[in-house]
Amino acid sequence: MTTKFTKEHEWAKLEGDTVTVGITDYAAHQLGDVVFVELPAKGSKLQKDKVFGTIESVKTVSDLFAPVTGEVVAVNGNLENNPALVNEEPMGAGWICKVKMANPSEFDQLLSEADYKKICD
Amino acid sequence: MNKTPLCAVHEKSGARMVDFAGWYMPVQYTSIIEEHNAVRTNSGLFDLFHMGEFWLSGPDALKNIQKICCQDSEALSDRQIAYTPMCRPDGTIVDDLLIYRWTAEKFMLVVNASNMKKDYDWIASQLEGDVKFVDKSSETGLIAIQGPNAEAILQKLTRQRLKPIKFYWFTSGKVAGIDCIISRTGYTGEDGFELYYPAEHSEKLWNDLLEAGKDFGIKPIGLGARDTLRLEARLMLYGNDINDETTPIEANLNWTVKFAKGPFNGSEVMKKQKDQGVTKTLVGFELGKGPAARHGYPIMKDGKKVGEVTSGTMAPTLQKNIGLGYVPPALSAIGSTFDIEIRGKNYPATVIETPFYTRARS
Repeated sequence: MTTKFTKEHEWAKLEGDTVTVGITDYAAHQLGDVVFVELPAKGSKLQKDKVFGTIESVKTVSDLFAPVTGEVVAVNGNLENNPALVNEEPMGAGWICKVKMANPSEFDQLLSEADYKKICD
Repeated sequence: MNKTPLCAVHEKSGARMVDFAGWYMPVQYTSIIEEHNAVRTNSGLFDLFHMGEFWLSGPDALKNIQKICCQDSEALSDRQIAYTPMCRPDGTIVDDLLIYRWTAEKFMLVVNASNMKKDYDWIASQLEGDVKFVDKSSETGLIAIQGPNAEAILQKLTRQRLKPIKFYWFTSGKVAGIDCIISRTGYTGEDGFELYYPAEHSEKLWNDLLEAGKDFGIKPIGLGARDTLRLEARLMLYGNDINDETTPIEANLNWTVKFAKGPFNGSEVMKKQKDQGVTKTLVGFELGKGPAARHGYPIMKDGKKVGEVTSGTMAPTLQKNIGLGYVPPALSAIGSTFDIEIRGKNYPATVIETPFYTRARS
C-alpha cells in the first residue's frame, strides 16, 4: 500500500481503486488541538484540489482539499465525538474519509513522502 | 516586530511564536487546551511585557483620572485597583484598562499593547492642571501567575504575606529578590497575581517562578489559552468585543460606569443610553455541537442579519461552543434564540448567562 501527499498537507493511502484521506502529522501539529471536523457526506463527489470540508482547531479554521477526484464511500464518524483523534493519530485513527477514485492515474501525480517532506522543511 | 525580554526563552522552550499587535509573542507552548486546563486546575505563567504602563501623578492626578475614566477612583482606597473603560465624549471606548491607585496623587494605568500609542496620545490630549504623565512601558516587565496554586507558588519566593491581599488590591515587595508590584489581578477567571518589575530582571523572575512551581506542575501559557480563559470568564478583548464604535453601556459594562461621581468623558451619552435604551447589546450565547462561532460571523434572525459575533471559541472547561456578540435588545434576554451563519450555513444559538465560567470561591 502506497501513501502519497499533497502540498496542502493531506495524505492519501491507496487500497485498490480507493484512497483513505487525512491530514499529515505536520498539519495536525501546526493546527494544534482540533475541535471540529466538517466531514463530507457519504456519496458526495469530490473534485481534485477543491475544498471538501473544514477542520477547526481552537484558534484556526482550515479548508480540506481533495487529493483526488471521486466519490466519498466512507467517512470517519468517530471524529464527530472525538475530533482530537486527528491530533493523536493523524495518519491512522484520525483519517477523514475514503474516496473511490474516478481517475486512478491522479494518484500517481501526488507527492512522494520525500518530496512532501521538502515542502515542510 | 517588538520583542519581549523573554523572547529567546520562549523560542528555546519550543513555543510557537506569532505577531500579536506588532509583538512577537508565544501563542502556544504545547497545546492550547492543555495550557487552558493547567490554569483552571493548577497554575500557569504568562509573559505580558507587551502591556503598557503609564503613570499619572501630581496634585491634579485624581481629577484627571475621574474625567477620563468611567470608574470612580475617588472611591478607591490607596493600593486598590479598578477595571475601567476609558471613553471619548461621545461614549465610545478608547481602551479598557486597570487603574492602580497608590495615592490620590499617584496612579498607574495598565493599557492594552494594541492601543498603547492611541491611549498615550488621547490621555495627553485630555490632561489639565498640575499633573505629570509618563510612559514606563518599555522599562516595565509584567509576568502573571494564574490558577488555584498561584498563591502557594508565589509565596515561596516572597516574604510579603499574600493571603491578606484581596482580589483587585496590590502591594509592593520583593519576589525572588526583585522589586515588584504584586497585584492580585488577572485575565483568566482564576485567582492569581500580576507582577510588575524592572524589565531587565525578566529572565530571573520567569525562571524562578517556573522553578518554584515545578513541583505543582506549573506551565508557561501562550496567547491562545489566554484568549479561551478570558472568554469563558466573559472578560472583554479590545478590538473584538469592544472598540472605537461601542460604548460601555452597549457592552454591558454598566457596573464600571459610575454616574454618581459627576460628569466625565462620555457620561452624558451613556446616561442617555442607560435611560432610553441602546440599539445593540453584547450577549453571551452557546451553540450546539459543530463548528465554533468566530469573530465577525453574522448573527441571523429569520433570514436577516441582526448582529455580529465578536468572540467565539470551543470552551475547553465548559466543553461547548460559546461566543459573544452584539444583537438588538429584543434578542438579548436569557433563552433568546438566533442563528450564527458559518460558511453559508445557519447554526442555532441560545443566549445564556455570563460569565460562562465562574470559579468556585473559598
